[in-house]
Amino acid sequence: MSWLIFALVFWIGAWALNAWLANSAYAQTRAVRVLIPVLFGVTLLVLWEGVVRALGVSPVILPPPSTVVQTFANSTDILWEDFQQTVFKGALTGFVIGASAAFLTAIAIDRSAFLTRGLLPIGNFVAALPIVGIAPILVSWFGFDWQSKAAVVVVMVFFPILVNTVQGLRETDAMQRDLMRTYAAGYWQMLVKLRLPAAMPFIFNGLKIATTLALIGAIVAEYFGSPTRGMGFRISTGVGSLSIDLVWAEIAVAALAGTAFYGIVTWIEKRVTFWHPSQRG
Amino acid sequence: MRNLLPVLVVLAAIIGIWYAAVAPMNIRVALDQAERAGVAVEPAGSLERRDTSVWRLMAANPGQISAGYALERPRLPTPQQVGQELWKTTGEMALRGRAMSKRSLIYHGWITLQSTLWGFLLGTTLGILGAVAIVYSRVVDMSLMPWAIISQTVPIVALAPMIIVLSSQLGIEGRGVPKAIISAYLCYFPVLVGMVKGLRSPAVSQLDLLKTYNASGLQAFFKLRLPASVPYLFTSLKVGIAAALVGTIVGELPTGAISGLGARILIGDQFGTPLAIWAALLAAAILAGLLVTLLDVLQRVTLKRMGMQA
Repeated sequence: MSWLIFALVFWIGAWALNAWLANSAYAQTRAVRVLIPVLFGVTLLVLWEGVVRALGVSPVILPPPSTVVQTFANSTDILWEDFQQTVFKGALTGFVIGASAAFLTAIAIDRSAFLTRGLLPIGNFVAALPIVGIAPILVSWFGFDWQSKAAVVVVMVFFPILVNTVQGLRETDAMQRDLMRTYAAGYWQMLVKLRLPAAMPFIFNGLKIATTLALIGAIVAEYFGSPTRGMGFRISTGVGSLSIDLVWAEIAVAALAGTAFYGIVTWIEKRVTFWHPSQRG
Repeated sequence: MRNLLPVLVVLAAIIGIWYAAVAPMNIRVALDQAERAGVAVEPAGSLERRDTSVWRLMAANPGQISAGYALERPRLPTPQQVGQELWKTTGEMALRGRAMSKRSLIYHGWITLQSTLWGFLLGTTLGILGAVAIVYSRVVDMSLMPWAIISQTVPIVALAPMIIVLSSQLGIEGRGVPKAIISAYLCYFPVLVGMVKGLRSPAVSQLDLLKTYNASGLQAFFKLRLPASVPYLFTSLKVGIAAALVGTIVGELPTGAISGLGARILIGDQFGTPLAIWAALLAAAILAGLLVTLLDVLQRVTLKRMGMQA
């Protein structure tokens, strides 16, 4: 019972502190802007720990965060092996291939207004489809190892990036293009110096959507057959063998990997599109 | 309508490529089958054929290429085969009055649709409530918004099996609830972001005008902020419903589901019936298209009624 009371008191205390911080004079400083969400996240973990301990929830159903952290520390070698298999070999390879393919396709079809008009609605539609469903088909085509995972990722990231790139390439207005023409710029000069930079915010939008999709694709594909390593493999077998703490450790790795992946793309975006209004200030 | 012709041309090209790809994809299976039936194929024995490229196989056995288009268990079925399988498991069964039989995709689509709609409802409600809280409270804005963004970078599929285990341990029968939770998780975010944008869209001068009318905060919300956010809401609802469908199908994929389009894909994989997988995929695509189109129509009608779009 004392755990529950502690968790509740912590919750109220953290909330009061956050409320005070958000309305204080320091609200706009960088430290406070980071501190407030961190405090919120810690509160959630404390609540989880408190509720699980106070109600005596069996660790087979929901282990407390402290147990998950312990398991995480004890099985870093397994987690690292799975991380390499799923994130590096599956998700990243697929992401790079899919993004390059989408980018090159976008530039190729962009030369024809007819193709662009035909492909944009179809691409938009396909991007909204539950493409993860093709995972079993691709696993049966490319085998159990990481190649099939990368193939699923390629298909999943292709359309969001394609649609965004094609849309981005149409972003320049007639005035800017005319200016380039007065400089006697050719097609490729115009593409590299005007239209690609102008398309960058859109391209990065697509890339950011694709980061999450890449991890989802790589993990789901492992549910349909994989060598005896990989995050999806460990999660589906862990649920069966009731090693739930290891599953939560894998989930933590997946969460960290997803956030880090997104963070890296956002970081590059900031460097590349520093001129865009959304990045200023 | 201007786009109709280009779209049709691109579609025709895709289907053409699909048909062309069927021959090399299926030639090995076709040759294996022909050999078992006693037809002489070149080279004999599937082990020898494994090291030969598909192009050489096609050149050596031109007579067997057409067999690849009519296999019972093809690696890549033709669009026609997929369409026939879909018709066999939907329209034909409906005509025989067995639309709700366990073998009918209408039944499985209905199961998926139910979870999708519950998840959509839950996610939309959470998204709208969250957006209102974020717009009106600085604390919520600063503490919740970063986590909402982080929550979308977490691959939910990793959590899906855990949500299913947890809810079954909590004594919740069936898989409807965990599936709805997963789809709500994927669907709340676009709604939250869109509504925050929409609720903040009225200009300061408009808010000031309401103040000169001595409007209360509640009146300002219902008469200005909420109507102003409707276009944003519909745009994000369209993204949200597609995400909700993805969530439901992902929730049906891991271990043990027996009904729903995702489960049909899983079962088709386990029993080695590729046609069933493709038909379920096509059904899911049609369902997604219908849902998005429905919201699109609703958007047009509502905005027209509200006088926001001619």
